[in-house]
Amino acid sequence: MKILVAVKRVVDYNVKVRVKADQTGIDIANVKMSMNPFDEIAVEEALKLREAGIATEVIAVSIGVPQCQETLRTALAMGADRAILVETAAEVQPLGVAKLLKAICDKEAPQLVILGKQAIDDDSNQTGQMLAALLGWSQATFASKVSVAGGEATVIREIDGGLETVAVKLPAIITADLRLNTPRYATLPNIMKAKKKPLDTFTPDALGVDIAPRLTTLKVVEPPKRKGGVMVPDVAALVDKLKNEAKVI
Amino acid sequence: MASLVIADHDNNHLKPGVANAITAAQKIGGDIHVLIAGSDCRAAATAAAAIAGVAKVLVADATHYAGGVPENLAPLIVGLAKNYSHLLAPSSASGKNVMPRVAALLDVAQISDIMSVESPDTFVRPIFAGNAFATVQSSDAIKVISVRSTGFDAAATTGGNATIEDISAMADTGLARVTGQDLTKSDRPELAAAKRIVSGGRGLGDGDKYRAILEPLADKLNAALGASRAAVDAGFVPNDYQVGQTGKIVAPELYIAVGISGAIQHLAGMKDSKVIVAINKDPDAPIFQVADYGLVGDLFTLVPELTRAL
Repeated sequence: MKILVAVKRVVDYNVKVRVKADQTGIDIANVKMSMNPFDEIAVEEALKLREAGIATEVIAVSIGVPQCQETLRTALAMGADRAILVETAAEVQPLGVAKLLKAICDKEAPQLVILGKQAIDDDSNQTGQMLAALLGWSQATFASKVSVAGGEATVIREIDGGLETVAVKLPAIITADLRLNTPRYATLPNIMKAKKKPLDTFTPDALGVDIAPRLTTLKVVEPPKRKGGVMVPDVAALVDKLKNEAKVI
Repeated sequence: MASLVIADHDNNHLKPGVANAITAAQKIGGDIHVLIAGSDCRAAATAAAAIAGVAKVLVADATHYAGGVPENLAPLIVGLAKNYSHLLAPSSASGKNVMPRVAALLDVAQISDIMSVESPDTFVRPIFAGNAFATVQSSDAIKVISVRSTGFDAAATTGGNATIEDISAMADTGLARVTGQDLTKSDRPELAAAKRIVSGGRGLGDGDKYRAILEPLADKLNAALGASRAAVDAGFVPNDYQVGQTGKIVAPELYIAVGISGAIQHLAGMKDSKVIVAINKDPDAPIFQVADYGLVGDLFTLVPELTRAL
């Protein structure tokens, strides 16, 4: 079976972002961009399923500006077989992303789509669930363990009180949580090989998908700063502050 | 204008976060209804009816609603949606699971993790791990919203007298079923709603030391226990202890961070706490930049000393 993996190009997780002075968004000029960390985990899981003989092909998909090709090449260097870029310079919100991914799924007919549970830029945590809805498929979100057998995926999910196991019928959507696996690094020979792997490009128009945003961002501001604290010399001073100044104990 | 709050519950009790989502609905305005979908969930419905400000509680009781399977829950909510301008749920694991599915079926956007209501169509939400706050306006007819609990006070859980109305369940889609749960058992307060939290990081060394050092302090303070991602990844504690961008978002009155360096992803989950105490051996640890009170030194000496002093 085929597995589709969605990967997003985001500001690298180590970058401390800065809000633009005109409050229109985040300044991403000259900022390091990387694959969304949860999507790296998604790619790794798809590769593991292929290596276990469950999947035959892993297709990485990204949506956005031409530079998303770099993100796709990373997925190819990790081991994905081929890649698809839906190229657009427009802002694409999660519902639009889900609609584009559905159009790709209609073409490719994968049995499993694996995505990161959220992107670390907009922190929406929506796309996988929305894609499942549009396709009418089952969904196993926040996965920390996946096994596939007999037309079903059995997934251990991270939930508020601990862990939950769900059995979902294939085809299905899985979204990756932090502890699903540790993504591999791309080796230099594999990075070279990745350059020759197929990468197809479509546009939202060609796929017949309306990606008009539904949410308008009116402004983006920095969060209020916490006022600087004090260092206390010892435990007695700490207890005194908590009792008499903060009055929390 | 009316809001439907999709309640997170275990059939007997409402989860923390529901009462906060009801406060968010109050800020939007209009009638507030609560949906309890579950199996043998009358007790949860009664609890919802007692929350101040709730006009009506809708109850859908069927075995296939147990465990909140989104494949079954989403069509039920979509069937009710035409009566409402706003659908809200807490940003809990179950709210995050079901609400985007509802939004896509309705062909509307979801507004994730709102922290404040500016007007019935405009909300503030955190982006980039809380390093920026975006004010967003929705153009959709139905607003599907998940609510960050720390942004809203909990509505009073008594004083309400809502009517309880049974609604018919929809068919089981048969797409998914919950086959097991492994929940952390604890007599401590729930992390997401605790007034005090003692949280540990990699500095504690291992799970045994985490428990030996932090549990007595948490007992003294009647605090919940939390952890950084590093501590969870290293297996000191289960996943549900994690505080941070992708774990639990907390804002207790007192947050004591022990052996936590303070990666931005961790700070994203706790920097709205009222008072933050940091205990760490590294005076340059970023956690001290958000702490109200910082104590530099060996946690293995300082924490037991603190426990004795309380």
